[in-house]
Amino acid sequence: MIKTLASTATALAVALTGAQAFAAGVTKELKHPEWAWEGPLGSYDQKQLQRGFQVYREVCANCHSLQLIAFRHLGEKGGPFYLESCPAELGLPEGTNCSDPVANPIIKSLAAEYTVTDGPDEYGDMFERPATPADYIPGPYANKEMATFANGGAYPPDQSLLVKARPNGANYMYSLLTGYPSEPLNTINEPDGGYYNPYYPGDTVGLMKEEYIHDGHIDKKKVKEAEDAKYVSKEGYIYGGAFKMAQPLYDEMVIYEDGTPMTMDQYAKDVTAFLMWAAEPKLDERKGMGKFVMAYLFIFAGVTYASYRQIWANAKY
Amino acid sequence: MSHQSTYNPSTGVEKWIDERMPIVRLGYDSFVDFPTPKNLNYWYTFGGILAVVLMVQIVTGVILAMHYTAHVDYAFQSVEHIMRDVNYGWLMRYAHANGASMFFIAVYLHIARGLYYGSYKAPREILWMIGVVIFLLMMGTAFMGYVLPWGQMSFWGATVITSLASAVPIIGDPIKTLLWGGFSVDNPTLNRFFALHYLMPFLIAGAVILHIWALHVPGNNNPSGIEVKDVKKDALPFHPYYTVKDGFAIIVFLLLFAAFVFFMPNSLGHPDNYIPADPLATPAHIVPEWYFLPFYAMLRAIDFPVLFIDAKLGGVIVMLGSILIWLVLPWLDRSQVRSMRYRPIAKWFFWVMVAAFCFLGWLGAAPAEGWYVLASKICTLYYFAYFLVVLPVLSVRETPLPLPTSISEAVLQDKGKKKAESEPATQPAGGPIPAPAE
Repeated sequence: MIKTLASTATALAVALTGAQAFAAGVTKELKHPEWAWEGPLGSYDQKQLQRGFQVYREVCANCHSLQLIAFRHLGEKGGPFYLESCPAELGLPEGTNCSDPVANPIIKSLAAEYTVTDGPDEYGDMFERPATPADYIPGPYANKEMATFANGGAYPPDQSLLVKARPNGANYMYSLLTGYPSEPLNTINEPDGGYYNPYYPGDTVGLMKEEYIHDGHIDKKKVKEAEDAKYVSKEGYIYGGAFKMAQPLYDEMVIYEDGTPMTMDQYAKDVTAFLMWAAEPKLDERKGMGKFVMAYLFIFAGVTYASYRQIWANAKY
Repeated sequence: MSHQSTYNPSTGVEKWIDERMPIVRLGYDSFVDFPTPKNLNYWYTFGGILAVVLMVQIVTGVILAMHYTAHVDYAFQSVEHIMRDVNYGWLMRYAHANGASMFFIAVYLHIARGLYYGSYKAPREILWMIGVVIFLLMMGTAFMGYVLPWGQMSFWGATVITSLASAVPIIGDPIKTLLWGGFSVDNPTLNRFFALHYLMPFLIAGAVILHIWALHVPGNNNPSGIEVKDVKKDALPFHPYYTVKDGFAIIVFLLLFAAFVFFMPNSLGHPDNYIPADPLATPAHIVPEWYFLPFYAMLRAIDFPVLFIDAKLGGVIVMLGSILIWLVLPWLDRSQVRSMRYRPIAKWFFWVMVAAFCFLGWLGAAPAEGWYVLASKICTLYYFAYFLVVLPVLSVRETPLPLPTSISEAVLQDKGKKKAESEPATQPAGGPIPAPAE
């Protein structure tokens, strides 16, 4: 039966990956860096989550909200600023439990750097106050319409679940962030307010420059000759599409204090890790428990199988 | 099989209860001293597995309902609240979502087992038909459950599937409006789906009790398809022989279940369902959950009108008919031989039907264009031909292999075959999996 189940699972996996091959347009095959959380034993790298939060805060947060994350979440177990015990140098009063996100001094001071609107007070007025760990991270815009208007008519999606809301999300995010061409492509025109990316699931047929179109068809041979091979599919189409987000990350734009290389590539990895955490904050807890559950069930199965053999040995014919 | 009760209340309390409501006797006769054919293989463990999965779904579901908000503005957020702030909420939700998939894996294997060993034939027709009803209830429950998180696939899946009702002539549109509780998929739809999603598992549980009742009258079918003739020689008490065997299978199944819940909880879901429902943005591909794909492919295979039936209604008829046809299967397959083991021709048609069904599952995820549609049509045609033509014709045309005279003999025959294959190694009692238990 194990075999049957295994083959069922394989068949499912095949069906699912097969299904993804039908996605519209042609996008470049995603890059796949090594992620700390991958595999059954993987878990988040806390330092990386901290750097990722920094990149989010200094770059992404200018346009993207993170509505599902409260400051206290950042201090929960598995989160970027979780503390097992209070750092001695802070001299906090005895009995302070820093593993409690609401008492975590990093979270408290981080929250205090933000201002939130509260109220109404007893006079019926709304008022501003420094955020507390219980508050949700305020977004850059008051509402969706304002966000859309400020970004050329495209709403910058909330990032809380983004990694889980895209197929192969972490690799997609990383590939997209690092995939912008350094110079404009020869064969396509970027639309007004749009930016080309080979990993974006869009369409490039409408963007082709006129000289590459013959009788309503793309001159694939000419495209292949004129364009950097990394943007051209085997069939002669330009990968990806254009969308409203300009390249957000550049080398040295965020200052890392811990000596980690300040490259675009590193920023992209770190912020992807942070967004993965934001989408799946209980991953460490889940995999940790999973190991015990599997081991327990495995031993239980062994014992039960032994009992089965023992009991059935008595069956007479 | 129904048998003389052997329960003997040994304590005063048991006697007192037995005279008033013999519930302990019922349990004892049904699950302890129930005579069960001694040759049931692992394909017969899925009934027990399904009972466990149903319990898991009900328990996790009730807990989720304590934290869920059935409102279009809050449903998506309440699910994320469960994932992030409720203690072990992520475990409950992932177990519930993957539990649905596990439920369908097990039920498909359970149905295939019934089809292969002829478990639908007399005297088990009612048992089989209750099973079909349970499957239909399961599909409804799963569909409505998938709508509750109110993600993009929830919303658009609900829109597509409920719109199928409008294919019915004259009363189609009123039915659709009734399903929606308005003129589009909206808050009333979500509310009634939640109410029904909570109700239907209990209907399933009730139907399962009837299913077990109908099983315990004729007793289990078995891989040889021969009835128990001599309880002493052909059968074993359910406990401990089958409690331990089912128990082992259940634990192995839970290993698979846990592997999904703890290590790949989103692999069977669709990423779009992590985007909140937006009635103004249609996803590029609206795909149902994997377990509906074969039926979805049959629905889409009908892209042509037949007489006064347009393509849409035709698709709906074919999709529903593909399951409802099981209700009359006991009267389509008239062969006296139950088990495909002794049906050399039907066996091959059976496996081709299984392959066609799986292929339809794959086609259901493919876009409805080009050769995919043609392949869907061929597979759908074969699927129906298997039930409507192949089985009825083979009922009279096929010459079955000689049947063993009893279950006991069938087991000994198998044992002899195994022994001949594995000489000179001696087989320990019990035999290797997946040999029939000996």
